[in-house]
Amino acid sequence: MDFSSFNPMVLAAALMVAATPILLAAIGELVVERSGVLNLGVEGMMITGAVVGFTAAVTTGNPYLGMLAAMAGGAALSLIFGVLTQLLKANQVASGLALTLFGLGFSALLGQGYAGVVPPRTAKLDLGLLSDIPVLGPILFRHDPMVYVSVAIVVAVWFWLTYTRSGRILRAVGENHDAAHALGYRVLRVRILAIMFGGACAGMGGAYLSLIRVPQWTEGMTAGIGWIALALVVFASWRPVRAMLGAYLFGGILVLQLNLQAAGIRIPAEYLAMSPYLITILVLVIMSSGRARKSLAAPGSLGKPFHAAG
Amino acid sequence: MKRRTLIATSALALGLSALGGAAMAQDDPLKVGFIYIGPPGDFGWTYAHDQARLAAQEHFGDAVETSYVENVPEGPDAERILTQMALSGTDMIFATSFGYGPAVNAVAERFPDVAFEHATGYQQESPNVSLYNARFYEGRAVIGHIAGRMTETDTIGYIASFPIPEVIMGINSAYLHARAVNPDVRFRVVWAYSWFDPAQEAAAAEALIDQGADILMQHTDSTAPLQVAQDRGALAFGQASDMTEFAPDVHLTAIIDNWTPYYIERIQARLDGEWEAQNVWHGIPEDEVTFAPFNDRIPDDVQAEAEEMIESIRTGEYHPFTGPINRQDGSAWLEDGEVAPDSDLLGMNFYVEGMSGEIPE
Amino acid sequence: MLRLDKRPQPSKRWNWATPFLAVLLTMIAGGFLFMALGKDPFIAIKLIFWDPLFNPQVADYSRPQLLVKAGPLILIAVGLSVGFRAGIWNIGAEGQYIIGALCGAAVALAFWPAEGWYIFPLMVLAGAFGGWAWAMIPAILKTRFNTNEILVSLLLVYVAEKILAAMSVGLMRNPDGAGFPGSRNIAQYPAAANNELIADTGMHWGVVAAFIAVIFTYIMLHRHILGFQVQLAGQAPRAAKFAGVAPARLVVLCLGFSGAMAGLAGMFEVSGPARLVSIDFNAYYGFTAIIVAFLGRLHPVGIALAGLLMALTYIGGELAQFTLGLPSAAIQVFQGMLLFFLLAVDVLSNYRIRLKTHEAA
Repeated sequence: MDFSSFNPMVLAAALMVAATPILLAAIGELVVERSGVLNLGVEGMMITGAVVGFTAAVTTGNPYLGMLAAMAGGAALSLIFGVLTQLLKANQVASGLALTLFGLGFSALLGQGYAGVVPPRTAKLDLGLLSDIPVLGPILFRHDPMVYVSVAIVVAVWFWLTYTRSGRILRAVGENHDAAHALGYRVLRVRILAIMFGGACAGMGGAYLSLIRVPQWTEGMTAGIGWIALALVVFASWRPVRAMLGAYLFGGILVLQLNLQAAGIRIPAEYLAMSPYLITILVLVIMSSGRARKSLAAPGSLGKPFHAAG
Repeated sequence: MKRRTLIATSALALGLSALGGAAMAQDDPLKVGFIYIGPPGDFGWTYAHDQARLAAQEHFGDAVETSYVENVPEGPDAERILTQMALSGTDMIFATSFGYGPAVNAVAERFPDVAFEHATGYQQESPNVSLYNARFYEGRAVIGHIAGRMTETDTIGYIASFPIPEVIMGINSAYLHARAVNPDVRFRVVWAYSWFDPAQEAAAAEALIDQGADILMQHTDSTAPLQVAQDRGALAFGQASDMTEFAPDVHLTAIIDNWTPYYIERIQARLDGEWEAQNVWHGIPEDEVTFAPFNDRIPDDVQAEAEEMIESIRTGEYHPFTGPINRQDGSAWLEDGEVAPDSDLLGMNFYVEGMSGEIPE
Repeated sequence: MLRLDKRPQPSKRWNWATPFLAVLLTMIAGGFLFMALGKDPFIAIKLIFWDPLFNPQVADYSRPQLLVKAGPLILIAVGLSVGFRAGIWNIGAEGQYIIGALCGAAVALAFWPAEGWYIFPLMVLAGAFGGWAWAMIPAILKTRFNTNEILVSLLLVYVAEKILAAMSVGLMRNPDGAGFPGSRNIAQYPAAANNELIADTGMHWGVVAAFIAVIFTYIMLHRHILGFQVQLAGQAPRAAKFAGVAPARLVVLCLGFSGAMAGLAGMFEVSGPARLVSIDFNAYYGFTAIIVAFLGRLHPVGIALAGLLMALTYIGGELAQFTLGLPSAAIQVFQGMLLFFLLAVDVLSNYRIRLKTHEAA
């Protein structure tokens, strides 16, 4: 076996890119769930973002306009979920799954005629001197801009949830919507805005795939990433920075297992292919059986419909 | 075994009435149905089949009416859709994925008047089931040769889907012909356990490049590996269709699945009433396996060698699996000058000598 | 402004009326969709809702197929509904379905080609056990380590898919299949086959099991102390604790029951309609069943009706695809709309809608 070919710097750089679409979708869903809403439609919103972003970028020739369009598209689709679950009090689990089904079909219809089209390129960010720093430069400073945007969103969400008044309102709504309502907070408005934020983030994650990572439009191209994002929110026990660590852990194992295969390590490939899922479960088990158990609780009102009496 | 006796079957197969109420006249077009495993927009396997369907439709004009159902999972759904197609008066059905085999055979037994064409399968339990396949390994031999001549790190990266004979055959063919021109060449294989997963294919391409590969081959459908190669300055080959546009600088060529000649030939036979079940495996000689234009980065002498190999395969002079070839464990497979029997290839579950790594079981 | 007033009890009348209203709304919205795609909306709607049931050409076949398609959906959904009522979230029925199928198939393949009445019952036990055991992983992790069952059950789906792929190309591969992936055809092995019990009715043991599960669950929920505990745990967890409901026991019971039902469904599919173990034999029944469970308002009878409705849109959708050339994406969108409307109109049974005169604080 030849381990000399494993360059940790290269692995670290690759895992950040591999984790970015998952992270974008996860951080959005995290905000949604912190407001007390469970939206299982992440996959549907991601794929819609992927196609809307792609068509917009191809039409305008500008990948950043594509990104913005993808956010709008994801948010618009999530609004269907918002209306159903918040205004019409429909069941959240079923509505989310229906959203995924609808999104997969809708995106395929929108994308007809875009298969085989090449989108405009996104330039890597030129960070000049920073990218020449030894070790850190290749790991941290030679990516496309969206990698940094995803990290910035995580930090911003963490800061917002922890230190701002509106962030505290969102958490209050998620923990106990009746109490929040009694305090005069507008539960439904907060939740619908959170749902749209989640949709926008998922849309961005999808467009990251179709515009930067792959870049190509094909039906079903998100291939289940939305579900991983959902799992990561739980994995992170609804904490933004942990979501980032979780995404990088998952991306890291994925990249590592592919590298192990590529290096011809004598572990059967099917076990390596399972490893990202099994190790994620294992880490969560270790975390949840430890001392920090209490901090793992889900938002109190998660998944429950809110109806203001009177 | 479902041996339903559908009274309506025979009457319907004669085409008494069409679904939707329109009455069928004597000179109605031949109805040809297709079932696809993916969407025609996948730009890979299903795209190639649909291009051939469109070409056949164009060729025959009003004499033929084609229809298709896409995204059909293998299993019970396929069987139901095949039956409903047959019940609705379809005369000929192309089932374009290996896993449709059991369903095709079950349905064919109940509809003896419908002609079934099953791609890449191996079971023929009724006289109205025909099998067709393409010798993609011929194409892999050519790109293996090009890769062996062009690699500077002596390392070729291979993104494989599932460890099935079709894929293993391709790896072996490419490896043998790369090694023939470059004895030091090594193949690195990554199993994606998926035919289509762009994000994972991109990560696999990166892993292979990080492990020293400077040329990538793929047996998966997305263009993601090409894009990674373009970014990282590696070279790559496209899959199933011409993917030059996605990576103009590094796309050397692509093996193209060209089903058009076969589809036209078989539909014509059905029109003429001369259709009979067969089991064929076409390739470069029949233009079922073709190539995207060679990239200028392939040196002229290598291009000439590749063309020469294509010609010798076309004329039947050369078979890519010609002995002496040993198995990975050193045991003899083909004697000197012996050509591999088709049955060995179709069931291939071993690497040839010199390949490192193991096939997952 | 409109205001919603919660009804003390869901309205019986609206409970019956809303599904019809939803279907009507879907027909209207879907009609516009099909029109936008350039198809005749009336023919499309008729193909989806009417022809599978009443078109003389196909209905004799497609009516029984409704049962075949709905059977596994209902079986899985009924199992899931018990846990969902108690607030226990098994999102991974797909994985339990796969493992149940693999265990059932393993028994059949181990006995092949022996004859014996005991083989099929053993397979049933093995299928239920497989699904149960796979569901016990999230159950035990939940009760022992407080690990979230949504995450574990969902991630185990991916693990199960990899095991399925490994099994179909490895251990369970048909030794007489010339190296091709996929197991022996279990449906052609009389002692293990899950065939139609009465020809042309679509009734196989899986459909029977689904009906039994519906009745059993109905009795359990409405007549048994366990049903009371389930309801209480879902609606008032704290009260449940005081009433002596052991949460850990409930988690084990609910996950185990849903896992066993999903495993059974997988086993009946693999030995009947799907015929054999193959790489992609799972067709997302496990996820679709979650939708079915909620469409049926977690009520056993509702689930049975919801399963049949979903099956109708699948079968009708396929007809519309190959007769009208509608893309499968349009059918998916149509199904999505149907679900949206069904979920939306539920508001009418649970709430009274009033005109609001003053803005409430």
